[in-house]
Amino acid sequence: MSFINYSAREINCKLVYYGPGLCGKTTNLQFIYNKTRPDAKGKMISLATETERTLFFDFLPLSLGEIRGFKTRFHLYTVPGQVFYDASRKLILKGVDGVCFVADSQLERMEANIESLDNLRFNLQEQGYELDKLPYVVQYNKRDLPNAVPVEELREVLNPTGVPDYEACAVTGEGVFDTLKALAKQVLTELRKGQ
Amino acid sequence: MLNAQMVMYEEELSEIQEIADQLQQDSRARTILIVDKNGQMIANAGAGSDLDTTSLSSLVAGNVAATGGIAKLIEEEEFTGQFHEGKDISVHMTLVARRIILVVLFDKGTTHGLVRLRVKKASEALSDVFDRLAVKQASTPQPDLFAEITDADIDNLFND
Repeated sequence: MSFINYSAREINCKLVYYGPGLCGKTTNLQFIYNKTRPDAKGKMISLATETERTLFFDFLPLSLGEIRGFKTRFHLYTVPGQVFYDASRKLILKGVDGVCFVADSQLERMEANIESLDNLRFNLQEQGYELDKLPYVVQYNKRDLPNAVPVEELREVLNPTGVPDYEACAVTGEGVFDTLKALAKQVLTELRKGQ
Repeated sequence: MLNAQMVMYEEELSEIQEIADQLQQDSRARTILIVDKNGQMIANAGAGSDLDTTSLSSLVAGNVAATGGIAKLIEEEEFTGQFHEGKDISVHMTLVARRIILVVLFDKGTTHGLVRLRVKKASEALSDVFDRLAVKQASTPQPDLFAEITDADIDNLFND
């Protein structure tokens, strides 16, 4: 749910990175954090376990600049990917403006990808959203690994509706900003349509 | 279906700010934050520049969301108030009109009882403002801000 503040001349939007455990959602945010000018970002917060697995969420506030005199601010969130944190995932989807599904390209994570995508669809429905009507992009992460499934195959299974999708290697940052930009652009376009 | 967005206007924001300032004085609290349930800060009183209000707002919203999840599980309608007691600073959080979180940070200069008492009054006032805001938002046509945004404007945001 975007928040438009005419008084402070700000547009605030919430983007959520979703995907199976260890697919690289937090790594996406860390890369964005490391590569963003200090004045354009706030502190990155990670609520993680001692073994650095996301327990509740990561949070990164980004400010992209002005559009027609309005400051655009994006709040980036990740969900915990592990299956048993489903209750927490549902909470984080509340009020979402756009979703990025981060898929793990490795063959052995294919089933986890499918399960997580089904879970995303289901959890959104519970909140009264439809994935097909939300600003939505898909990222095929870990393209650098030798056991990565060809993109065509991933696309067939994980992106049947043909939303914008990107190949990425979140550790080195390849594709990370392309994914974010595509999603932010869709969210802003959606705001324009909604008026 | 997309959730209804929240729109804030000058007039209501100044009313909200007044309520926050008044509450800070009356309760002798350090800081007041007014945050929407999704973690966006709407107003604050007494927050110094050293306080990271963006992070604080997001964490408070996460906390309230988690507590709401607990309420649902045990079939309680909602927990309207929460209190975290610290050695020096304590935090009192109240859910107002189901969509706004009123956060009070206070120290030994006041008491939890006084804070709760003043929060009750401020909650009612805030509830009233946000009810009116919802009506206004529904009945006021939005300025053509977004219609004027072009693809080029959006692309320009990403040209570093």
